[in-house]
Amino acid sequence: MWRNMALAALALTLAACSNTDKPQLDNNANAGLASAGQGAGGGAAVPGSERDFIVNVGDRVHFLVDQWSLTPQAQDTLRKQAAWLKRYPSVTVRIEGHADERGTREYNLALSARRANAVKRFLVAQGIAANRIATIAYGKERPVALCDAERCWSQNRRAVTVITGGARS
Amino acid sequence: MRDDDISCNRRQFGGLLMGAGVCLLGAAALGTSAHAALEVQITRGRVRAMPVAVPDFIGADADAQQLGRAVADIIRADLQRSGLFRIIDPAAYIERIAAFDQPPNFGSWRVIKAQALIVGQVAVLPGGQVQAAFRLWDIFAQQQILGLRFTTSRHEWRRLGHKVADAVYKAVTGDEGYFDTRIVFIDESGPKKQRVKRLAIMDQDGANLRYLSDGRSLVLTPRFSPAAQRITYLSYATGTPRIYIFDLASGQRQLLGEFPNMSFAPRFSPDGGRLVFSLLEGGATNLFVMDLASRQIARLTQGDAISTAPSYSPDGRFIVFESDREGSQQLYVMPAGGGAARRISFGRGRYSTPVWSPRGDVIAFTKMRKGRFSIGVMRPDGSGERILTEGYHNEGPTWAPNGRVLMFFRSSRGPNGGAKLYTVDLTGYNERLVPTPNFASDPAWSPLLK
Repeated sequence: MWRNMALAALALTLAACSNTDKPQLDNNANAGLASAGQGAGGGAAVPGSERDFIVNVGDRVHFLVDQWSLTPQAQDTLRKQAAWLKRYPSVTVRIEGHADERGTREYNLALSARRANAVKRFLVAQGIAANRIATIAYGKERPVALCDAERCWSQNRRAVTVITGGARS
Repeated sequence: MRDDDISCNRRQFGGLLMGAGVCLLGAAALGTSAHAALEVQITRGRVRAMPVAVPDFIGADADAQQLGRAVADIIRADLQRSGLFRIIDPAAYIERIAAFDQPPNFGSWRVIKAQALIVGQVAVLPGGQVQAAFRLWDIFAQQQILGLRFTTSRHEWRRLGHKVADAVYKAVTGDEGYFDTRIVFIDESGPKKQRVKRLAIMDQDGANLRYLSDGRSLVLTPRFSPAAQRITYLSYATGTPRIYIFDLASGQRQLLGEFPNMSFAPRFSPDGGRLVFSLLEGGATNLFVMDLASRQIARLTQGDAISTAPSYSPDGRFIVFESDREGSQQLYVMPAGGGAARRISFGRGRYSTPVWSPRGDVIAFTKMRKGRFSIGVMRPDGSGERILTEGYHNEGPTWAPNGRVLMFFRSSRGPNGGAKLYTVDLTGYNERLVPTPNFASDPAWSPLLK
């Protein structure tokens, strides 16, 4: 009951925010571009490459406060990830779970592990072999957005699918 | 750095004679009468700090005199920081202490309103050891309350000051001191997106900082063993977050076990023989205990909730931990061998990182409510909740070995924000920054060193 109340309150703040600050919950394309900075830079991505995955599929999903269930947007992204992983069966990945900084250290480790696990289970249910998917939990240790506001914390509550092998270059 | 350097060297001497000292391992013998004579008054949680004069310790030559000043500086700083003492400015002292073996001119100390006076001398012994002797005087009763002598190796000279401060603290309050202790913590440097975290150890006052890891792998949540010889912590060194045990004397680090999933949140049992920790199982996190001698592991909780941050009661019979089994993070107490857990937190908000006081009387915790993070205490049955400090982000309390003071970390906001260490005593009034060169988090307080 507690959790539902928190959820409702959060949904309101998110709705309010999204007027001013466009991509709120599932901004995988933008976030992907941001994190693909080390990629080839400009030009079309090689199909089956890491950049292809990040730019054209989306490498991350986001979560509500203290939640690990997959939002509809997250599920869309993960279906696309699964399709891409089926097309490139030699690719292996690691799901990196993260939490925002508004929690305590140990719990955030466990929560981010739960998020990574939720993503892994979804991909496995989509037909990706479990042995292609590793997971790791980072808790609040690796933020990507830095500010003391929900618009940053919502980006940090994420699970990122990182390619660990088998991609084209 | 060996803990037993100051062992059988503390000597009690009666009266004014420095004669044959009796080897004494606990200063309690003289504590009882002292407690009656000198007392810190606490009214409604407010402490009336005792005015104390601490002149520089005297010494036979320039080397000893310099050491004597430095030792007195440490005593003054320790006692002042405790909030229970008020150090009278040495500039106000009328009498200049010239001889250790003579009673002070009580009248001249009464004039400056000193209630107690600590007189001491230091000596550099042949062979390089250093020694401090002191007398604690009750100015109004005009009597010596306590006289002790400590000896240690030169590189540990700061401990002389901490030992004297601990002895005075105990004589006046009746509680053990906490000044001759260390803090293990996580030193944080670099930008917030790529923080470098290193295992670090320092004296309780921030001196003698030493790094125990090089920053190449992420390390978190260090905790002392009860003998302060070992530290257990979490490291990402192998890729998978795992628990290690670091031996301070040998510098050896040992992996607790090759668990396929993340193992984390370790803490020693009060006898040092077991380690309780969390193990990830799919999306669930459960508590387990390992017997360190046999390496046998036993499960303590089950189910698909998160159960983590375990901490033993000082008698080793119970474990307090946090779990979201009922929806949000709350505190639970269960028998140390597992079994039925009883929820103890019922206030509004989420409760996390419980730590049982070494005295057993209360449990400290982090409380999250309406975007604020506070540090508080409650009795083990959940009653008597008190918040000691509240703000944007306070987290991760650890107890001084006497159960009177907590250290925790406080994070500042924003892109350049970071954590610093603070102490607060059980009254909640005496809050102090602990000096660290960089950002610092996850402190753990050692037991009193021997």
